[in-house]
Amino acid sequence: MHIVTTRRICQGFFFILFLGFCVVTTLGEQWWQLRGWPVNWIIQLDPLVGLATLLSTRTIYDGLLWGLVTIVFTIILGRFFCGWICPFGSMHQFVGFLAKRKRSVLEKIKLNQYHSGQAIKYWILIFLLTVSALELAIDCLRLPATNRLLFTILMLAILTGMILSAMRQTRANPKKIGFVFLIFMAVWLLLSTLFKGYQTSAAALQIGLLDPIPLVYRSLNLVILPLVDRTSVLTATIPRAYDGTGLIAAIFLSALLLNLAVPRFYCRFICPTGAMFGILSSLALWRVGKTSNECIDCRLCEKNCEGACSPTSQIRINECVLCMNCLNDCRHNLMTYQSAPSAAGEMHAPDLSRRQFLASAVSGAAAIPMLRVSGRLGQNWDPGLVRPPGALSEKAFLSRCIKCGQCMRICPTNVIHPAGMQGGLEGLWTPVLNFRIGTSGCQFNCIACGNLCPTAAIRPISLDERLGRNRYIEQGPIKIGTAFVDRGRCLPWAMDRPCIVCQENCPVSPKAIRTRAVFATIDTGAQLVVAKADALYIEFQGTGPGVHQFATGDYYTVVLPSTDHRPRRIVGNWERGLRIADGLPFESPPRPGSRVEIQIRLQQPYVDPQHCIGCGVCEHECPVPGKRAIRVTADNESRTPEHALLLKR
Amino acid sequence: MKLDPNSNGLNRRQFLDRLAQAGIAITAACAAGFWFHDSQGPALSKNDHPNLILPDFSIDAAGHKMSIVRGEDRVATLRMALKSLGGIETFIKKGDRVLLKVNAAFASPAMLSATTHPAIITAMTQLCFSAGAASVVVTDNPINDPASCFNLTGIADAARSAGARVLLPHDDLFRPMTVKDAKLIRNWPVLYKPFADITKVIGMAPLKDHHRSGASMTMKNWYGLLGGRRNIFHQDIHNIIMELAMMVKPSLVILDATTSMMTNGPTGGSLSDLKNTNTMIVGTDQVAVDAFGASLLGKSLDELPFIGKAQAAGIGTADYHTLNPVTASI
Repeated sequence: MHIVTTRRICQGFFFILFLGFCVVTTLGEQWWQLRGWPVNWIIQLDPLVGLATLLSTRTIYDGLLWGLVTIVFTIILGRFFCGWICPFGSMHQFVGFLAKRKRSVLEKIKLNQYHSGQAIKYWILIFLLTVSALELAIDCLRLPATNRLLFTILMLAILTGMILSAMRQTRANPKKIGFVFLIFMAVWLLLSTLFKGYQTSAAALQIGLLDPIPLVYRSLNLVILPLVDRTSVLTATIPRAYDGTGLIAAIFLSALLLNLAVPRFYCRFICPTGAMFGILSSLALWRVGKTSNECIDCRLCEKNCEGACSPTSQIRINECVLCMNCLNDCRHNLMTYQSAPSAAGEMHAPDLSRRQFLASAVSGAAAIPMLRVSGRLGQNWDPGLVRPPGALSEKAFLSRCIKCGQCMRICPTNVIHPAGMQGGLEGLWTPVLNFRIGTSGCQFNCIACGNLCPTAAIRPISLDERLGRNRYIEQGPIKIGTAFVDRGRCLPWAMDRPCIVCQENCPVSPKAIRTRAVFATIDTGAQLVVAKADALYIEFQGTGPGVHQFATGDYYTVVLPSTDHRPRRIVGNWERGLRIADGLPFESPPRPGSRVEIQIRLQQPYVDPQHCIGCGVCEHECPVPGKRAIRVTADNESRTPEHALLLKR
Repeated sequence: MKLDPNSNGLNRRQFLDRLAQAGIAITAACAAGFWFHDSQGPALSKNDHPNLILPDFSIDAAGHKMSIVRGEDRVATLRMALKSLGGIETFIKKGDRVLLKVNAAFASPAMLSATTHPAIITAMTQLCFSAGAASVVVTDNPINDPASCFNLTGIADAARSAGARVLLPHDDLFRPMTVKDAKLIRNWPVLYKPFADITKVIGMAPLKDHHRSGASMTMKNWYGLLGGRRNIFHQDIHNIIMELAMMVKPSLVILDATTSMMTNGPTGGSLSDLKNTNTMIVGTDQVAVDAFGASLLGKSLDELPFIGKAQAAGIGTADYHTLNPVTASI
């Protein structure tokens, strides 16, 4: 079997695996739905996720260690991930194949010429990695202030290194060495006093924006599968809906359509993961290249070259995605995959100048602090940003979330959505709860999102921790917010209509929504006066309201003036009179001429913030159709002690 | 260009070089990977700081004492009150580093009596220096904008004119603290750093009506040491005042009731809220001083539960008569 066929099978396998993983990431009773499938595996294989979270959190979480496997094989084989595994790459390759199918050989060769713009992906990589590494870098700068011992050791080590390297040179200049060292130390000391551990420079993570794996997961989970749900094929228990997916869809579609202009546009120009593999592949033991220089330069090898890596001339190892098409297309069997460099020579350093590197790094370092001047991580936090249960405190959360949308896909009630601007530009597409969408609020007995999250931005909590049981009894249940009653919109509060759906549906025990009963006199449109009465029956003078209008069980009557103001429940009413329940008859029959008031018994809801966990079931169930009369905001969320609403007693 | 790696030694060496490089890279990546691997995920952080406590600044030798001096001139009454307690030397020794916790809560002029009067801050600072104090620091975490508060009240000028240092609160000065046996002040940011090298603490409060707690006097004055979103403590005002009194054991407290805010407290805002009660109370027992202050506001101790709570917690006595307060008038 030819290697290109093998590659296609491999790509097909991983693409189907990826699709399958996305589809099965739902909870339900179907056999194919999530049954412990390793649905994060492809995300975990992406070493940029591992590297960037390593820089931002100084740990590699759980399965992200799989990225190491990819790194090891990349060092041995080259950019195999791009050409053989990456589902986004396969999509690009396929669309590109469709686009150039009818083109002439010459046109195809032209499309696959190296373009200096391919260096942009390295800028993007450096930008995104500096975003992640900022806190680490500042902590290093602060070392003289925070850890004098380590600083001294480092300084001595650097000085020793400088002296040793100087001794190897023939004309060492001790004065110059001393001067450079002193300047270096002085600048470091100066900088250490300049920076503080402020939130503006706390760790951040933005690789999710452009890293192809989170991007393609997000696009599939939040755009494509919900579209499929609207056909006769259902990929979840109910068709999924996601708020604010416009930009996600636009980016996905643009990335695919750009293949019409340039094959693998995204891979060649944008992809930061590809850039990372590009840098690693300069170490590769085996590369694509020519076996000899006896080449007629027909350039057929560039006809289907996916990486635009110029195999004809000096091959650019960093750009080669190991599609192996050149091996297939060469009529003279000159192209091969070997340990020796190409006979035509090779280039194995990314096309990146020091100036470009610095510009990308400086912009990356500046980007997040500039956004955080908004104070959104502090006093200016958005209470609409209700995060899933187990989400870390916002600062830590932002240093981990890769915006892959796995939590949004797995959420059984479809209540987790990609954030718009609630969390600022930095929090774009991070998970936020929208209780109006989906089947129910955030389920009381559900911990799916945190146990799926590939980076632990949402911690893998246990049910005991979520519910505050057993060893978590002292800290109580995890609260994601608090419900607030909008008394101007609530039926029993504002409109004299009985309701309390919110109280009924409150899942915590004792309920976090309580009610107080009030009797409100209603306007019947006519003055009702007693003509005659007995202990259970009143006959009106003139005609009263419509038959049985007040026999719903919610209406009561009080006759005034009277010493007994207890409302009596109406069990029936007719044009000429009404009957009350026989449980509480009038002690003395109302006198003729007394006024009859019709009252409605209203149970007005109150939220007890001590018990409310912010699950939003009340908001979801509230019958006020538009803006709900009870709504959850992130006030009192457990993950942020500063957002406490109540004193702990 | 040489082609076959096996055809000559140079290329074999190149290949071995490359093999070594790749090997080092792989080993480094694996080592880093396993070194930083975290299979558990982040734990819920528990930042209890039970070890941070404010030292006890009370002076054993001074005992529980109190002096009540009547008169219109607050500087004269303050001096006399201190004299009657044995003089400033009883409290301030040579080399002491003194912290004056004033009430600078609001950015309003001194004449509205919502804040500690500048005149007694100058006087107290001078007295401290005359007794040999090495330094005097004036601080508070006010409600309104700190710089405006310290300047518009005249406190900053008054303190500096007498040689004291004014310390405006900022984030770096706060530390999470847990007060022993407290239910409310647990892992809560407190204006801790200004106390770092301090040997004596003097609380200086004006006597004010307070709508939530009933009265703002010397114990309530410590509220100005709390940081964070401290206003949630208003849900349990009497207990927080008691816990604040548990947290701070001052060398001396001064309750200035020369002009008292009788209504519309604690901000006031109008001269009609004020009454000249012409009294200066100085003592070592903040509970007793506050108990006497209550009488000037015309409030019974029943209306001010924090006083009873503080007494029950062993902070002091609400029955100030038992201290045999020195009384005098000018």
